[in-house]
Amino acid sequence: MPVGALLHIQNIEVIYEKVILAVQDISLSVAPQSIVALLGANGAGKSTTLKAISGLASAQRGEIVDGRIEYQGNDITTTPPATLVERGLVQVLEGRHCFAHLSVEENLLTGGFVHNPSRHKLNQLLESIYHYFPRLKLLRKNLAGYASGGEQQMVAIGRALMSEPTLVLLDEPSMGLAPQIVEEIFTIIKNLRDEQGMSFLVAEQNAGAALRYADYAYILENGRISSEGDAEHINQSEVLLASYLAG
Amino acid sequence: MSFFFEVLLGGLLAGVMYSLVAIGFVLIYKASGVFNFAQGSMVLFAALTFVSLLERGISFWLAFVLTLLAMVALAWTIERWVLRKLVNRPPITLFMATLGLSYIIEGLAQSLWGAQVHGLDLGINDEPFEFQGMLLSQFDIFAACVAGVLVLVLSVFFNKTRTGIALRAVADDQLAALAVGIKLEKLWLIVWTVAGFVGLVAGLLWGARLGVQFSLSLVVLKALPVLIIGGFTSISGSIVGGLIIGASEKLAEVFLGAYIGGGIENWFPYMLAMLFLLVRPTGIFGERQIERV
Repeated sequence: MPVGALLHIQNIEVIYEKVILAVQDISLSVAPQSIVALLGANGAGKSTTLKAISGLASAQRGEIVDGRIEYQGNDITTTPPATLVERGLVQVLEGRHCFAHLSVEENLLTGGFVHNPSRHKLNQLLESIYHYFPRLKLLRKNLAGYASGGEQQMVAIGRALMSEPTLVLLDEPSMGLAPQIVEEIFTIIKNLRDEQGMSFLVAEQNAGAALRYADYAYILENGRISSEGDAEHINQSEVLLASYLAG
Repeated sequence: MSFFFEVLLGGLLAGVMYSLVAIGFVLIYKASGVFNFAQGSMVLFAALTFVSLLERGISFWLAFVLTLLAMVALAWTIERWVLRKLVNRPPITLFMATLGLSYIIEGLAQSLWGAQVHGLDLGINDEPFEFQGMLLSQFDIFAACVAGVLVLVLSVFFNKTRTGIALRAVADDQLAALAVGIKLEKLWLIVWTVAGFVGLVAGLLWGARLGVQFSLSLVVLKALPVLIIGGFTSISGSIVGGLIIGASEKLAEVFLGAYIGGGIENWFPYMLAMLFLLVRPTGIFGERQIERV
């Protein structure tokens, strides 16, 4: 394990329904206070990798059959999601998954329950989310189901932030969003890293946007890591293009 | 005219009895998106346990508490051995599981307490009294008050408490609920316990009215049209649905029965529900699927 890594994955292999091999021999690390991009085409195994880390894969009948995952130096390969959220590791799902029939504010609140905070503390958390996503404050009483795609993405991220995480796994935050909204969201992520010291592991198809904000990047191809490097280096090299076209 | 109002009021009050059963369904549907076929068996199980304890000389409140504990144990068993195995499965799988559960609970109640019919006296006078020239049942009024209090408490629970908000979140999206650290096991235990409690209250009132026997589990069939009209996701909907069913079936029986033959009460609610399905499939208060375009 690299010294001081926040998250370290060692050669994991994930199988769904006991037969479907989703990813194989994946190894990656996330340093404290960094943004790491996990790039790849559709079906490359990005979501599976994130869900394996957050423990959600097992809720969808996935299983980590090989390798191990360490977070803050502890083995979390089989730790259930709720325990991981308590320890500061939270995932924002692909496709946002807002609670459609709950108001925006109620959506945010659900993310804050895990530490069982006082009412005062809960309000403080809400205010800090509204500080980063001012638009959500205007929508707080509206049903999340009726918010726009970008707003829903903000709700989903804000909801995860309510648990005061150390590491956030973001699955395709740019999916279906207009370019300027994507920039807005990545800017907020960068601010959160700089001001709150959070780390992010971002799975993205939109390599261009992700590489502009990430420190380090991994490229996934057919369930394996095909290359890795500093975001800047990856951005300039040909490997990225090759991996998308080869798929 | 006063006869009309007497029938109407009597029907409304009787309808509340249906609502009590319907609320149990709504609770579990709201928290897991599953139509819990076993709700009727839970009503029976609760009533049978309570009355059997009573017959063994245990005092009313002690029997109530013991039955409640039995319902918690039942909820725990269901969560631990059925629901937890079926996380994130399609709703139809869970529905089939509750279908099976229904028979298991019924069989369990039978093997524990026997199959004979028990009388249950809650100490409420069922003699009708006169109000503005109309005869009303005291028992029905008592049941209506109980239902009113239940609805009030449950709506505060679902809208203001953390557990309530988390329950609604789980109903919307289980995977997302897991992702934000909500413990499904704990919530399901809570909601099945609450449903068990509502089942107990419904079981006591229905048991006092019909006698505690196995046909008690069939009151769920009367709750179905209530749910369709009120909406599966709304507690106040189940009250309104119950009122509509109760009032309309009594009015139809009394005023239409003379022309097209009696016994309308038995099928009228289902016909009404079918009409509602054509016009408004989510019921009056049901949540519509939110789809953005």
